[in-house]
Amino acid sequence: MAIDKFISFESSAVPLAIENVDTDQIIPARFLKATTRDGFGENLFRDWRFDKNNEPIKDFVLNDDTYTGKILVAGKNFGSGSSREHAAWAVHDYGFKVVVSSFFADIFRGNSLNNGLLPVQVSEEFLVKVFAEIDKDPNAQFKVDLENQQFTIVATGESTGFEISSYKKECLLNGFDDIDYLISIKDKIEAFEEARA
Amino acid sequence: MGKTLFDKIWDSHVVSEIEGGPSVVYIDRHLVHEVTSPQAFAGIEKRGVPVFRPQNTVATPDHNVPTIDQHLPIKDALSKFQVDKLTENCERHGVDLYGLNHPYQGIVHVIGPQLGLTQPGMTIVCGDSHTSTHGAFGAVAFGIGTSEVEMVLATQCIMQPKPKKMRITVDGELGKGVTAKDIVLYIISKVTAGGGTGYFVEFAGSAIRGLSMEGRMTVCNMSIEMGARGGHIAPDETTFEYIKGRERAPQGEEFDKAVAKWKELKTDDDAVFDKEIVFDAADIEPMITYGTNPGMGAKIVSNIPSLTDIEDSEKASFEKSMNYMGFNAGDQLVGKPVDYVFVGSCTNGRIEDLREVAGFVKGKKKAENITAWIVPGSKQVEKMAQDEGIVEVLEEAGFKLRQPGCSACLAMNDDKIPEGKYAVSTSNRNFEGRQGPGSRTLLASPLTAAAVAVSGKIIDPRELL
Ligand code: SF4
Repeated sequence: MAIDKFISFESSAVPLAIENVDTDQIIPARFLKATTRDGFGENLFRDWRFDKNNEPIKDFVLNDDTYTGKILVAGKNFGSGSSREHAAWAVHDYGFKVVVSSFFADIFRGNSLNNGLLPVQVSEEFLVKVFAEIDKDPNAQFKVDLENQQFTIVATGESTGFEISSYKKECLLNGFDDIDYLISIKDKIEAFEEARA
Repeated sequence: MGKTLFDKIWDSHVVSEIEGGPSVVYIDRHLVHEVTSPQAFAGIEKRGVPVFRPQNTVATPDHNVPTIDQHLPIKDALSKFQVDKLTENCERHGVDLYGLNHPYQGIVHVIGPQLGLTQPGMTIVCGDSHTSTHGAFGAVAFGIGTSEVEMVLATQCIMQPKPKKMRITVDGELGKGVTAKDIVLYIISKVTAGGGTGYFVEFAGSAIRGLSMEGRMTVCNMSIEMGARGGHIAPDETTFEYIKGRERAPQGEEFDKAVAKWKELKTDDDAVFDKEIVFDAADIEPMITYGTNPGMGAKIVSNIPSLTDIEDSEKASFEKSMNYMGFNAGDQLVGKPVDYVFVGSCTNGRIEDLREVAGFVKGKKKAENITAWIVPGSKQVEKMAQDEGIVEVLEEAGFKLRQPGCSACLAMNDDKIPEGKYAVSTSNRNFEGRQGPGSRTLLASPLTAAAVAVSGKIIDPRELL
């Protein structure tokens, strides 16, 4: 069951200049009652996006048409808290392909990579520049180049590298899935079990 | 060079290493609950593969279940569907299930240790971040996402890069009224909510060694709240004593053999950690959180930091948090009014916690302005509370014991703190809306929660001891 192949792209970005955005903000627990993986985008950042009467909260960035694009830019320690993969599903299902931050929580990072959502970790300084660029021009374009592990502010040409294991990079580029891989090495797993029995 | 406890367990579970990538790690124990598993079961079915090692897997519903009238059908249709789905999936795939009303049902991290499923040296995972709790037994235990739940169901393995290693040592004697929960809230307030990211933590030192298994579970439970992959404590006599005779632990001669092996599970003297932090137990006092992440904690007797104490880059988040909580920078904590008290969760919903609360409230009365929810972590905890007379003590003081589940810890069921209300909670997360939309959570120990329930406001529990 392959995931979508990750293709490098250019896009504008949506800024969320908040630190420690936790998984309960990304997708509140009361929306975790589904038994499929679909539709979580609707409730992404639910309680920041909608008030108690389900009316959009105007000044929240996802409700502001000024900002669009496939890249979400967020403050440091994005995705802390719960292991709910629903958080990664929600971000991806909403239409984001990349999240840029200066720091990601471990489990969120892993969950994202398993779902074709690329976490791009940049330095604090570079993150400030990215936010500043969007501030200047909400339509500012950014280039995500997974092959070369580069994230670029198109207008200024400023570029930064980002880390990803070569294995995960191959998986994303080719749409491979860890589960298929593990199933393919079942013999090895059985041999391991026998050896330690 | 010597090995750490973590190295010993991790290395002995690596099936293979991938060039430039993660390790394939074998999992001894897989715990499953209703919220993060349905998509994983659906996944293996779609692939046409069975559960690889159903005997290594145990399931229970906890997140969604009501905490009153559990004998009746669940009213919320979606919750009912999810809980039913778990039952169906377990039946179809031959997985042991402790379903609703089963005498062993409960919060997955409470029942694992209680049944002896959690043992030293094991690798343990669950689609839940507080799987770190099981590290208290000297296991390598951590939370995983649903794709990984599917991996474990299909192959009993996950793929993970090896984390870095950190040791946090707490030496010395704890003061009066200072509990395991205060230790861990103190540590997180120092390390920050993201300070442990990328690490697996070993807790050590005389103050940690001196804790009961319940206390150790509280500490390890919250290691995830500093961003750590997990946290653990080397097993010792306290650990072996706890496990002995539990239903799913090794019995008789097998147990003795196991203990002999478990005794080797400790960090070698010459092992090196990537990071070491040392605290003095004497510096720790009863703690409470005032903000919207678990790193925003302070001694109860202190004030909320003032703006000048906050780094520039964090000011905006701090102010947002104060705004949400309805607090001002610099406010004194003691004396602030509270509306709800929640005692429960996988952090502090075990029998020892209920004993502590009952011991404190005995002969006292609940304050009028407080709504208190006391929720046992499992059916077995509930039964012990009944057998030990804890239920009567609580009732005399004006409290009621509810039925087991996650409850107001994450408010997926009806146990929601209303908007704008303040709850002193023994759970582990004070995120915005965690206990219900608009709820305001202050994390504290069961002892502090009991003191607040009696006095109706934030109070230093030592004043009432
Ligand atoms: S009690 Fe709370 S933290 Fe623990 S498993 Fe349940 S929801 Fe998660």
